[in-house]
Amino acid sequence: MNLTLILFLVLAVVAVASAAGLLLSRNAVYAALFLVLNFATVAVFYLLLGAPFIALAQVTVYAGAIMVLFLFVIMLLGAEKLPKAVGLPWQRPLAIGLAAVLLAEAGWLLFQRLQLSAVLANPDVTVNTTETLQALAKNLFSQYLLPFEVTSILLLVAMVGVIVLTKKEKGEAA
Amino acid sequence: MTGSIPLSYYLALSGILFSMGALGVLVRRNPLIIFMSIELMLNSANLAFVAFARNIQSPAGQLIVLFVMTVAAAEVAVGLALIVIIFRNKHSINVDLMNSLKG
Repeated sequence: MNLTLILFLVLAVVAVASAAGLLLSRNAVYAALFLVLNFATVAVFYLLLGAPFIALAQVTVYAGAIMVLFLFVIMLLGAEKLPKAVGLPWQRPLAIGLAAVLLAEAGWLLFQRLQLSAVLANPDVTVNTTETLQALAKNLFSQYLLPFEVTSILLLVAMVGVIVLTKKEKGEAA
Repeated sequence: MTGSIPLSYYLALSGILFSMGALGVLVRRNPLIIFMSIELMLNSANLAFVAFARNIQSPAGQLIVLFVMTVAAAEVAVGLALIVIIFRNKHSINVDLMNSLKG
């Protein structure tokens, strides 16, 4: 039982508990804050895996930008609490059963078919952060240049699309 | 960072988080929380990508995570805009009310 393993287990418990909080909280603002906690713990996992750039991008993009957008829309619409809807009575147990089946399938595939339980996540213990970052940048701007440019177009399309969607038509009451 | 954690631990955590996200999409009735559950699923997939990238010592997995993050950001922006217009039209965002294609 080394220090990294203890850290991993504690963070895993926090991550699963915050995901459960997201599922169970009745107030959407609490759900959003649980999700921020979940993103922060996942960022620490990225640090443990030797991916500091991804960890910081996770904090700024996910926990920062995306969740601020979520909280803004929740407060704009006043959607913290929706009135309790009359759902289908069998929907919840069916959904829980299906999610359990999904989890069992994934576990069976990973641990029975692929025999992954003995593989270590980090075969060599030293990781040079600068070298990792340099390799990342070199790959991003050479081999993956086309996908990189495509994402910039995607972001532009999303930006224009959002403005067009939410713009009020001329003559429509404000 | 010394001390090694089996790859399977990360994959198990990723699978658990993904299943919880799928459960949230199926169970919750608030579209904002459904969106957050989708983010949870994307995030768990990212965790698996980074774990595999660490395992095979390749930067490709981390780059895919970067692309997933940009796509998630675009998806959230468009999705929240859609929710805002639905709210403007129906004065409620309960998913059970979204049952007509027009108006």
